[in-house]
Amino acid sequence: MAVTDVTPNGSGDGAPKVALLNNPEVRGWVFQIILAVLIVYLAFEGWTNMNANLRAAGIASGWGFLGTNAGFAISQSLIEYSQASSTYGRVYIVGLLNTLAVAFVGIILATIIGFIVGVARLSKNWMVSRLATVYVESLRNIPLLLQIFIWYFGVLRLLPQPREGFDFGPLGLLNNRGFFAPKPVWGEGAEFTLYAFIIACVIAWGVGRWARARQMATGQIFPSFLVGLGTIIFLPLIVFFVSGAPLSWDIPKMGGFRPSGGMTLIPEYIAMLIALSTYTASFIAEIVRAGILAVNRGQTEAANALGLRNGPTLRLVIIPQALRIIIPPLTSQYLNLTKNSSLAVAIAYPELTSVFAGTALNQTGQAVEIISLTMLTYLTISLVTSLFMNWYNNRVALVER
Amino acid sequence: MAEQHSAADIAFVRREMLPQQDAPATSRGIVAWFRESLFSSIPYTILTLACLYILWVIIPPLVSFLFTSAVWSGADRAVCATEAQGGIQPDGWFGACWAYVGDYGNQFIYGRYPNEEQWRVNIVGILFIGGLAGLLIPSVPYKRENIIFLAIVFPIAALILLTGGHLSVGGLYIPLAILTVIALGVSFLFAKLSESDPIPGLKNVAFLFIGLFVLLFILGFDFGLVHVETEVWGGLLVTLVIAVTGIAASLPLGIALALGRRSALPIVRFFSIVFIEFWRGVPLITVLFMSSVMLPLFLPEGVSFDKLLRALIGVALFSSAYMAEVVRGGLQALPKGQYEGAMALGLNWTQMMRMIILPQALKLVIPGIVNTFIGLFKDTTLVLIIGLFDFLGQIQSSYSDPAWASPVQAMTGYAFAAIVYWIFCFSMSRYSMFMERKLDTGHKR
Amino acid sequence: MKKIMLTGALGAAALVFTGAAASAATLDDVKAKGFVQCGVSQGLPGFSNPDADGNWSGLDVDLCRAVAAAIFGDGEAVKFTPLSAKERFTALQSGEVDLLSRNTTWTMSRDTQLGLNFAGVNYYDGQGFMIRTSMDINSALELSGASICTNTGTTTELNVADYFRANNMDYELVAFEKADEVVAAYDAGRCDVYTTDASGLYAQRLKLTNPGEHKVLPEIISKEPLGPVVRQGDDQWFNIIKWVHIATINAEEHGVTMANVEEMKSSDNPEVKRMLGSEGNFGESIGLDADWAAKAIAAVGNYGEIFDRNVGPDTPLGISRGVNALWTKGGLMYGPPIR
Repeated sequence: MAVTDVTPNGSGDGAPKVALLNNPEVRGWVFQIILAVLIVYLAFEGWTNMNANLRAAGIASGWGFLGTNAGFAISQSLIEYSQASSTYGRVYIVGLLNTLAVAFVGIILATIIGFIVGVARLSKNWMVSRLATVYVESLRNIPLLLQIFIWYFGVLRLLPQPREGFDFGPLGLLNNRGFFAPKPVWGEGAEFTLYAFIIACVIAWGVGRWARARQMATGQIFPSFLVGLGTIIFLPLIVFFVSGAPLSWDIPKMGGFRPSGGMTLIPEYIAMLIALSTYTASFIAEIVRAGILAVNRGQTEAANALGLRNGPTLRLVIIPQALRIIIPPLTSQYLNLTKNSSLAVAIAYPELTSVFAGTALNQTGQAVEIISLTMLTYLTISLVTSLFMNWYNNRVALVER
Repeated sequence: MAEQHSAADIAFVRREMLPQQDAPATSRGIVAWFRESLFSSIPYTILTLACLYILWVIIPPLVSFLFTSAVWSGADRAVCATEAQGGIQPDGWFGACWAYVGDYGNQFIYGRYPNEEQWRVNIVGILFIGGLAGLLIPSVPYKRENIIFLAIVFPIAALILLTGGHLSVGGLYIPLAILTVIALGVSFLFAKLSESDPIPGLKNVAFLFIGLFVLLFILGFDFGLVHVETEVWGGLLVTLVIAVTGIAASLPLGIALALGRRSALPIVRFFSIVFIEFWRGVPLITVLFMSSVMLPLFLPEGVSFDKLLRALIGVALFSSAYMAEVVRGGLQALPKGQYEGAMALGLNWTQMMRMIILPQALKLVIPGIVNTFIGLFKDTTLVLIIGLFDFLGQIQSSYSDPAWASPVQAMTGYAFAAIVYWIFCFSMSRYSMFMERKLDTGHKR
Repeated sequence: MKKIMLTGALGAAALVFTGAAASAATLDDVKAKGFVQCGVSQGLPGFSNPDADGNWSGLDVDLCRAVAAAIFGDGEAVKFTPLSAKERFTALQSGEVDLLSRNTTWTMSRDTQLGLNFAGVNYYDGQGFMIRTSMDINSALELSGASICTNTGTTTELNVADYFRANNMDYELVAFEKADEVVAAYDAGRCDVYTTDASGLYAQRLKLTNPGEHKVLPEIISKEPLGPVVRQGDDQWFNIIKWVHIATINAEEHGVTMANVEEMKSSDNPEVKRMLGSEGNFGESIGLDADWAAKAIAAVGNYGEIFDRNVGPDTPLGISRGVNALWTKGGLMYGPPIR
């Protein structure tokens, strides 16, 4: 690693080419104080200007608007939202949840597609690797916003009108108002299934720990993954049927204009999800490829020499080492995806930027408060994600001597 | 053993070597290639067939839309609409309407820049391409002169040509004169305090301010060009103006921030980190919203920025944070010995950075800078959300022309945009890879 | 060194691009720079729409031209800033534009809380619904359960909410940032209904693939008085906009047109003479020449001419005068007297 730069004197930026005093420390402090004063002055100037402008324009400022009634409708909401009684504060939460909904699912999809394409690029099958290359090179060289438009209007044009829409019977309806899926309605006693699921998770975790400890001590391998998976699947299932299968489905039915009932995935969400995940996947694929290539061939050979078969070699030797290289850039791709979800403003998917920094800003005119809150929210998401990923990265990082 | 037999025992002995035979037909040439890389095992065969199927689904409709069914010439929407839609095409026809792109081509490039003034944009384009080619092709000499041309002469020439020059800078002369006096005084005072010769410092300051006065004079000079306000700029012109200005402004800012972040001075480091992490943590679109809606409120009464300039400020601040991280990567990649060597020679911090560290570090990060530029180039599309007409925005705005309205219009426009963006980005990424290979010589650890 | 150069360059750039100043006397600033900076829409046929060469035309644009003509005697002494619904008020508040003439609805909260003044109404509008003819729907009351496209940041979004709530109907709102995207999504079949001001519906219908397949439902669900907006705190400028607009209305009432404005100066009607400046000097009271109104009318014509030229029955929009007729013909256009 490089050294930290020492003996700064701050010149090179200021007019005096000749040093003021020959003590670098003093020079450093003089420069820093000048800088700090300048920044504070600029901030102060901006603040007073803003207040003066707001006062001159007669704009009310403050956070009171968060408690007032919003009065407009939102096409997708994960929590209860009614235009009649919900406040701007609630609009903010609805927008934030929609952002997280598209970002979370998008990250999962992008990771899956990205890993598949990344491995495919390294395939010895010419067709597969070429196709993967074409995928990567075409998607990452076209602006995301353009892709969002193409997907959105493409999806809208491809899907039929509601009355001529696809009907998958109990599986739902698909038309250009979105995908309407059956919604599970939990009956009485459903909580036991949930408890069983939680207990199963705890058991699986315990088994995993025990198996690892035993392997460390005795070298015997216990199939903890299969056992854990089995527990998580079957324990809740058994409880579910024992408690009388307390589940019914709310199946969407075609209404006058669009289907009603069930769960809806609006076209904006579908288009955003496809565009975000395929675009980000093209970057993830390159990261994965670089990560795998960076693992020395000797590692594979050594693992083979130890008698490991191909599967365990990949799982126990290659991937853990590749992950170390993959994770830091992967983190920034996840953050990019989350931030890029703000492009939804262009196609009316009601996420944070669109519904809060868009609609709410337009209705209230509280530009300063709303933009600051929006930026702060994204900043918080970014910082929390990178803190978490840094922590994880430190855990898997190579401990150097 | 064979040698123990006498010749008579053996019915036939080959006396000459057989000519070398080709490998079996199944393991050479095209057949072998097919076998090995496509059909070597059952899973491979399935994969290959799956790929072929994907190609079968994608390629024919794409070719049909882009080429075989496309309309290449025509005067209005009739050629691109089916009979049911009031056109001449048979029902069920679906192809690109390149005639519409041809008709709008001029607007896609220049926006609403007046036709008779477009030669100015062309000159700026030629100057830029010329300067850039000289800089980017490693074998072209005069790199230093080229950089001076691109960094000083070109921006001024471009500003004057694009806007028309004759800018109202009259009010700036007096403040600049006052600033000159102050700077000279401070420089003299500092030199006196540190008991060194004030002449070189004064000389530098004087040269700098003479340069600024000349700059002001040129900007205010009336070249007789018609003023073209930025509202009529559009298309590829705006895309390139934003991307190039963004990267040009972010480079010095990014270097300053990267140095600040690695500085030993706590306050400098603190501000640099806050600045970098803030801009990297927020989406560009909120930055653009901020610059378009909030920035006017921060300015003193009586000062207001042009809409394009506001977007430029937002983009420059945003990309400078990313640039700072790229440059920091270059600074960290330099071996410690370079720093120690520089210090051992008795260079001070400025000299060390200017003569030893930055030249090497910046050379290392050229691919990173190009990649940042590609990202920025793609991100310029976001300005259409705040109502500027960049390339994509201009294409979108042409959809509202009833003369060309047809169901294929939007898809044609998007396809055209995708092709253009792809060509730009792909060639830049190839260049970045080329530089990476070229620079991938020293400093390997 | 670098930083100083940078600061210098930035400062220079800032001043180079610096637009109008927003001081107390807008008229003085406008006179000093030689043109009126007018905020308009980003493209609404009939109201403010640029053609392929970048020439703006429309009802709102003509008001800007009338103001410019009243001040400078030249209807071309005006520059247009296309603004989105989101930017429009900030642009006016910050002084980026002198006058906002962008089909903006006059509401109490905008008039009182945003530091703005509405200088009159140049188009009485109301919110309507557009729907495909094939849907076979003839009243907005049959729209329960429909998907509705509109733009954000406008009163339309709130009106539609109120209307559906009042009639106990359910709906899905899809709100876009830009009008062009609303049209594109409606055209692509995302929504059953497109709602905005009725005038806007007629204008945007021209942009659809097949304008003939869409119709506007008869219900008008809100009052949308559209008019020019200025900053609060500059009464002289406010008066100029207000009275230029009134002059175009009064000119129609008295038969003063773009063609006959010169000869009407010697009309026998004292009302006309006062308006056109051949009697008294009313221009002085708003800081303009005596023939301010004559110049405005010579440039763009009277209200009737402006209406017919931009949105009237003979234009592609084909809007009839309706409530926008003169009060003498049963409409709402009523100009206070100039005396």
